[in-house]
Amino acid sequence: MKKAGKKLFGGGLGQLTIPIIAIALLVIFNLIRDPGFFSIDLLHNNDGNIVLSGNLISIINGASELAVLAMGMTLVTAACGGQDISVGAAAAIAGSVFVKVLKSGGSINGGTVILAFVSACIVAMLFGAFNGTLVAVFKIQPMIATLILYTCGRSIAYWINGGATPTVSSPILSGIGSFIPGIPVPTPVLIVLLMAILFKLLFHFTSLELFTQSVGINGSAARLNGINSTFIKLLSFIILGVCVCVAGTIGVSRLGLINHETLLLDVEMDTILAVAIGGNSLGGGKFKISGSIIGAYVIQMLTITLYAMKVSSTDVKAYKAIVIVLLVVIGSPVVKAKFSKFMTNTFGQGKKVAVKGAEE
Amino acid sequence: MKKLFNRKEPLTNTQLLMTITIGIFVVMYILAMTLLGGGFLHTQQIFDMLNDNASLIIVSCGLTIVMIGGGIDISVGAVTSLVVMSCVLYLNNGGNVFVSILLALGIGLGFGLVQGSLISYLEIQPFIVTLAGMFFARGMTTILSVNPQKVSHEGFTKILESKIEIPWLGYTAKNGNLVPARIEFGVVIALACLILVFLMLKYVRLGRNFYAMGGNQTSALMLGINVKRTRFMSYILSGLLSGISGYVFMMHTGAGNATNAAGMEMNAIASSIIGGTLLTGGVGNVIGTFFGTLTLTTIKKIVVSSGLNDPWWQSITTGGMLCFFILLQSVVLSRRSKKKKAK
Repeated sequence: MKKAGKKLFGGGLGQLTIPIIAIALLVIFNLIRDPGFFSIDLLHNNDGNIVLSGNLISIINGASELAVLAMGMTLVTAACGGQDISVGAAAAIAGSVFVKVLKSGGSINGGTVILAFVSACIVAMLFGAFNGTLVAVFKIQPMIATLILYTCGRSIAYWINGGATPTVSSPILSGIGSFIPGIPVPTPVLIVLLMAILFKLLFHFTSLELFTQSVGINGSAARLNGINSTFIKLLSFIILGVCVCVAGTIGVSRLGLINHETLLLDVEMDTILAVAIGGNSLGGGKFKISGSIIGAYVIQMLTITLYAMKVSSTDVKAYKAIVIVLLVVIGSPVVKAKFSKFMTNTFGQGKKVAVKGAEE
Repeated sequence: MKKLFNRKEPLTNTQLLMTITIGIFVVMYILAMTLLGGGFLHTQQIFDMLNDNASLIIVSCGLTIVMIGGGIDISVGAVTSLVVMSCVLYLNNGGNVFVSILLALGIGLGFGLVQGSLISYLEIQPFIVTLAGMFFARGMTTILSVNPQKVSHEGFTKILESKIEIPWLGYTAKNGNLVPARIEFGVVIALACLILVFLMLKYVRLGRNFYAMGGNQTSALMLGINVKRTRFMSYILSGLLSGISGYVFMMHTGAGNATNAAGMEMNAIASSIIGGTLLTGGVGNVIGTFFGTLTLTTIKKIVVSSGLNDPWWQSITTGGMLCFFILLQSVVLSRRSKKKKAK
């Protein structure tokens, strides 16, 4: 009985228990409230393409940037035991560079988009390397090191734009931000899928996952075992830089303009939350990227549910906070220990009584 | 230097980092006075900095306590904003001033209680709990009112308008009138909070326990310190100080707005860091934090008055200064620990 329970709750899902329970609760709640909440329709959009639409699609689509950032953030959290709070600002910089390069050429075609993306990626990776150097080489806590870029990042983006919010429009960009003609699934969802597969391949063909975990659990022990912990930490920040660039590009393509003030505003807090809801320890060590991705979808589903309940966008935060607190209270080690003690007490006593009965 | 102080013990990390901050602040201010002149030559400049930042100083004191204990509280700015909004609405609906003070303290204390118990007794990561607290307070502020609200309560406007005037620190204006130096009551409250927290951290057992807990939790536990209760108390104090800060903020602006105190938590963290508090805990001092706040403000004032008018320069230079201080601390501390090991 005990073993079966452990398998069901502990062994099988492990740290994914909480995010999956959260998603299940939200789904059940929505189905009770409105049975048609998750219905998906095929519609013709303005360009005449057949596309999927519905609340479920908008949840999965809307969480794309968050999911991409959460993947990178998981790696940083695991390796350094701290979080990068500059991802929103860095994404604004990456988006600005992307638009700047697009604007500098004459016409926008496939080549210039790739060039723009690559240059934005390089800039984002450089800023990632800057954060990473502060954390890995100078041994500054990640939150403080990234506070620098958090403070000035959006101003740098403003400066790159020359004090304006330029717009770009091109069928290629709308292909990245919304739909590619002929494919009914929103492109950002496909990008998330691609990133997830890339991470999976990265972990499959290299020892990065193991190395990151060992650095996060005990940096000096990892060093003594021949792992270059400085490099692993730096690398995690550079990988986050790539994620930041992808998220920034999606964000810019979605709107067709770069606004340094509002692009991915407050996303850093949501990203850290996604990592935490995904059951990853914010103190570093073991991690599961899939948990963080589910965490991102939990947050977006919560937001869309609140919007559907006619909560205004500014008030959403208050309700979100209550749900977050409930989630983390359920997931807290103390509550878990009390719960398992309660379970063993009831089941254990039951067993003892049964044994006594047999003896008599 | 050694002869000057002639002490057997070397400076502790806390004192060293604080001394560096104060030194840099003084040098920076003197440079501003000689190179830029203008407003920097008047004492009113310092008082203006204090007037504008009284609530930030109070919040930073609370954050310093939490950071010394090895935690973090990012809800402080949002709580300040919530306190302002609720007090303004309460006063405008015919409340009295005394009860509004209690309301401010109560909201702060409430946040401290809930966050503290979740963090210390349920062992949830402080970042997540206070993030939720921040979301909740910001959301509640907009639920209370999306539009800006101005205080129209008579008793309170009297407090709002009254200022402490010090004639002998004033200066003579161009038309020959003496303009006395003006300080708001909020500054007095802020300085009182600062001194109380300083004394508490230095001489009261609870204050010493914060350092012990932040330095090494396990050894603090072995010394017989009730770590859970100490951590709980640190968040209670931070919440209470956020409440006071909200009231002081209202005394400064006289209006509630949903975007009040936006980004204050990060400014407070930055002030504490510049003042020599380490996020890892165990090291820090509120006097340093006070000078950290002043340094941050001085940088902004210098940027404005030196003609860099483009809106991005302020935060870029702030970021640059932050980077400088953080690197300096890191280098100083790592050199010290190497020296210790060599001994």
